[in-house]
Amino acid sequence: MRLRKVFPSPRWGVHPPDRKRPAADLPLRVLPLPERLFVPLQQHIGTPARPIVRAGQRVLKGQLLAEPQGTLSAAIHAPSSGQVLTIGEVTAPHPSALPIPAIVIACDGEERWIESDAPSDPFDLTPEEINRRIAAAGIVGLGGATFPAALKLGLGYRAGIHTLLINGSECEPYLSCDDRLMRDKPEAILDGVRLMLQATGARQALIGIESNKPEAIAAMEQAAQPYPELRVRILPARYPMGSERHLFAKLTGTELPADCRTTDLGVLVHNVATAYAVHQALRLGHPLVERILTLNGGAIANPGNVRVPIGTLVETLLEMDELNETPARLIMGGPMMGQSLPHARVPVVKGTSGLLALTAAETAFGTPRPCIRCASCARACPMNLLPMEMAARIGADDLDGAVELGLKDCLACGCCAYVCPAHLPLVQSFNHAKGALAARERARLRTESARRLAAARAERLEREARERAEAAARRKTERALRATKDPTPTITDPSAPERQAEVV
Amino acid sequence: MITLDLMTAILSLTGLGLILGLGLGLAARVFAVAEEGQVSALLALLPGTNCGQCGFAGCLGAAEALASGRAGPRLCPAGGATLVPLLAKHLGLELEDAGHDEGPRIAVIKESLCTGCCRCLKVCTTDGIVGAAKQIHVVLREACMGCGACAERCPTGAIQLEPMPVSLQHWIWPKPKPELALR
Repeated sequence: MRLRKVFPSPRWGVHPPDRKRPAADLPLRVLPLPERLFVPLQQHIGTPARPIVRAGQRVLKGQLLAEPQGTLSAAIHAPSSGQVLTIGEVTAPHPSALPIPAIVIACDGEERWIESDAPSDPFDLTPEEINRRIAAAGIVGLGGATFPAALKLGLGYRAGIHTLLINGSECEPYLSCDDRLMRDKPEAILDGVRLMLQATGARQALIGIESNKPEAIAAMEQAAQPYPELRVRILPARYPMGSERHLFAKLTGTELPADCRTTDLGVLVHNVATAYAVHQALRLGHPLVERILTLNGGAIANPGNVRVPIGTLVETLLEMDELNETPARLIMGGPMMGQSLPHARVPVVKGTSGLLALTAAETAFGTPRPCIRCASCARACPMNLLPMEMAARIGADDLDGAVELGLKDCLACGCCAYVCPAHLPLVQSFNHAKGALAARERARLRTESARRLAAARAERLEREARERAEAAARRKTERALRATKDPTPTITDPSAPERQAEVV
Repeated sequence: MITLDLMTAILSLTGLGLILGLGLGLAARVFAVAEEGQVSALLALLPGTNCGQCGFAGCLGAAEALASGRAGPRLCPAGGATLVPLLAKHLGLELEDAGHDEGPRIAVIKESLCTGCCRCLKVCTTDGIVGAAKQIHVVLREACMGCGACAERCPTGAIQLEPMPVSLQHWIWPKPKPELALR
């Protein structure tokens, strides 16, 4: 008991070998500009953006290509100057390999920026104005969820936020893009954090960094010295520390209730890369058109962090950085929660934190065997769920049973599948069940809307029948009146001959 | 002696029969399920478009058939596989397998065959088809329930039911193969 007080370590999650070095220690590289960029219109949660450029049009770097549609959407900007070749489709960086609409730009190599309207001092701006500029820059949460940042900050401002949590934990193995950013640009990140404080009205910001990044901690602590409202906190290296709930629990010391969001308790969580993007947007007027990502994995000859324009094809990245061998699997994001790619002809998007080219040895996943009910998954689950029980229910198509066991609280973090000695595809079954639940809900909404439409049609038919009957009755009375009063119709009435015929 | 024994048996069994009969009669009164309520509850689950694909006179007819046991929970083509477990649960039936359909389907009009006759517009139960005389008609994807009434009415066979196109937001991870799944 006392030992636990001296060395408080979380009792959830897993600690896989992080494999962040040597990639994390190498300086940031800027790869040569690709010839073509494939910029998807949907790089965020919500509705796809609506293109406002035409094929053949010349665009400057940072020019608006597509504007947000509806509230939950984000703007898309040109990642480089050049000509819009076409507005077509590109394969989504997603295991489904479905096509998504995208704008293709032929780069002219000049990298000419559009004129920016950066304010002289962004701290003079009102929170609304800061949020407007963040939205105009197309900034989304760069931790992976890609939720429009301005919307989140705006909600926070209205909800009355007192604390901002800045996520620099980067708990996924292999990835080091946030680490690199914190080492290279601590002042810029903290400037972005202070702008976010201004935008939300929060009083303090806690920056959580995992203990396996001593260089980043030192750089951020030094940069934070002049600002008493910014504090750097060291987190134990544990996966999934970067999850909103776990970061909240560790930094504030209280656990978030199951049906609560952090904003309900006056706390907002943002990623360090998002803070950097906010700094770029408000100080330089640069929208989100490029990002830092980690190239890593056994098949990559020169692992490291690179800055690439959004829309670069994975294929181009792999050509620029030599491969040791043909990768057995390509993953966008981290190995625990990243998306397995169908092929390399998919573009880098705003939420791409890394590109892993893994060898067969790294991806080796044993043959699944029956569950031995060892409950390793239940011990590893950071949400204290029972993965083996949920998977058994999903296997029997009992979705409601799985929901009762807390399926909706599942983060899909992959801890259960990672520790499973029977190598069961637990996360896949949870992802399937979540999709099936969503489909069921969509079917219910569809039935409901059909019922509304059918009722509206019945009402329309009834109204039309009534109107017809009324019109017929009116004609009949008119006719009767005319017959008794004035048998000779006037010449000006165009329907006169018929009426005369009817009377006769 | 024998007559007495016989009488005891007859009397006791008759008494038992009377008491149980009374009990059953009372139970039937007290725990009676209002047929009307049952039908309206089933009607609330059905799509309500009265497309007639089940072979009954509209959704009310289908609900009555379900309530009286003349039809099973799989009767509604428009409701699809998602409706089956809901109906089964309401009727207190055990389903061995919910049955898999190919997911929701929608009507699609082939422009090259459409003559603009307006017949499909009149049968569409959700007013989900837009068009005018001698103009090519089009199905509104959001309004189509996939009941197929228009496809049957179309004189040129220009309307076909097709699976709803899968988008990135609607894509579902495949279920792990049974041999991989937890048993």
